[in-house]
Amino acid sequence: MRASLVVAVLALAGLLGPPGRAADGRRSDAEAMSPALRAMQQDDAANPGMLSVLDGEALWSAKAGGAGRSCADCHGDATVSMKGVAARHPAWDAGRGSAVDLAGRIALCRTERQDAAPLPPESPDRLALTTYVAHQSRGMPIAPPDDSGLRETRARGRTLFTTRIGQLNLSCATCHDDLAGRRLGGTPIPQGHPVGYPLYRLEWQATGSLQRRLRNCMTGVRAEPYPFDAPELVALEAYLMERAAGLAMETPAVRP
Amino acid sequence: MRTASLAVGLAAALLGPLAIPSRAAPPPRIEGQALPGSPTGRPGDPARGRAIVVDRTRGLCLLCHSGPFPDQPFQGDLSPSLAGAGSRHSPGELRLRIVDGRVLNPDTIMPSYGRRDGLVRVGEAWRNRPILAPDEIEDVVAFLATLRD
Ligand code: HEC
Ligand code: HEC
Ligand code: HEC
Repeated sequence: MRASLVVAVLALAGLLGPPGRAADGRRSDAEAMSPALRAMQQDDAANPGMLSVLDGEALWSAKAGGAGRSCADCHGDATVSMKGVAARHPAWDAGRGSAVDLAGRIALCRTERQDAAPLPPESPDRLALTTYVAHQSRGMPIAPPDDSGLRETRARGRTLFTTRIGQLNLSCATCHDDLAGRRLGGTPIPQGHPVGYPLYRLEWQATGSLQRRLRNCMTGVRAEPYPFDAPELVALEAYLMERAAGLAMETPAVRP
Repeated sequence: MRTASLAVGLAAALLGPLAIPSRAAPPPRIEGQALPGSPTGRPGDPARGRAIVVDRTRGLCLLCHSGPFPDQPFQGDLSPSLAGAGSRHSPGELRLRIVDGRVLNPDTIMPSYGRRDGLVRVGEAWRNRPILAPDEIEDVVAFLATLRD
């Protein structure tokens, strides 16, 4: 609530540029892509990530598990009930006393509310449901909630972001704060804003999660990646969302 | 700025972790801004050194550096060009830069190719070994020394 108020005030004060770009220089990594890739992302008929959205839409109203209930049975029309939900995840789960990201929240509803088999990380159904739900926030500004628990989580994420890791001894911040816009080998280093996840990556030939991307960057510096759903990855996600506050969601984005 | 006494202290700190083959003669000693003398006791091979420098999974140098490598299409722009490195630096200086550039600049982003300590969360496949072995570093030094203006 408060975060979206802050965003509204920033927008009024003219501090936010066009969607995808903030007046302070933060910008979506889509802006550095080739015109062809940007066109692919913007055209729903050409964007391969839309296949996950369609799969997710079908799963949304499919009854599953011991409860025999669909997501829609409890949440109704996703285009209404899920609007803005991705823009404020990870969120604080007071019952668990931990931060939960969007895919984690969906996986919890799957096991606890539907009484169905768990959705493993990066499984097609989990990606499809997450992409479908996140798509309902497309165009909306990222608005991290202001929870004391989340504040601690983000602080932990920030520490992880700025700690040098791996055999190459580099931190996320080295590349994404200090060297963004420069070239690592042939590849431009993006600012690393998580605006479009889950997204379709040409290199993967698939839709993938933000956690998959973070694990790729860790392997890139020859560090041991945290396992999927590890609290460290959720903390990094929470920090990245705060760092990207106000930028517009793009799910499903397309990236090289 | 880097005083001799600091260098001596660092040299002491370095002796343990540096990956020195047991057959090596005297252990390396930092003198000024250089690490003179090949720890392998044999001169490096410039041709092998070039192959390591341009290899994105071994030397990784071109992730950050550019250089006089017209056959290499994807070069980095995060650091100075390697062109002329052999004119600007003695072999001992080049060796120290590669073995442990942190001695010269504690904040450098260039990895310390000869160290395996002081690192966090190194991936299983890379644990407890330096990025380059001492003889590979000698090859790289020999190659860099040929890059003259
Ligand atoms: C039996 C009812 C029920 C079913 C079925 C159900 N959910 Fe939920 N869901 C809830 C409740 C209740 C919450 C509130 C948070 C909580 O305590 O878990 C919730 C929360 C959520 C949230 C977070 C919403 C927010 O505003 O932060 C998402 C996203 C979500 N569910 C997605 C799903 C998806 C996707 C499915 C189908 C796979 C699903 N849910 C199935 C009851 C259900
Ligand atoms: C050596 C430099 C480097 C380091 C260190 C690094 N990254 Fe990256 N990162 C990249 C590059 C390059 C890309 C873009 C890859 C591409 O598009 O092919 C990227 C992509 C990303 C993206 C995706 C942005 C988008 O638009 O989808 C995120 C998020 C990200 N990195 C986060 C991180 C985090 C978190 C860490 C630390 C765990 C990290 N990175 C460490 C270089 C780095
Ligand atoms: C992660 C980026 C990175 C990688 C990988 C890297 N370097 Fe560097 N290198 C730098 C930076 C940045 C400097 C500038 C000096 C500093 O940071 O202290 C530098 C400086 C140098 C210098 C001194 C340049 C001069 O002329 O003064 C040499 C020589 C050098 N590097 C060689 C290499 C070689 C050979 C490799 C591969 C074995 C390599 N570097 C890999 C980032 C890198």
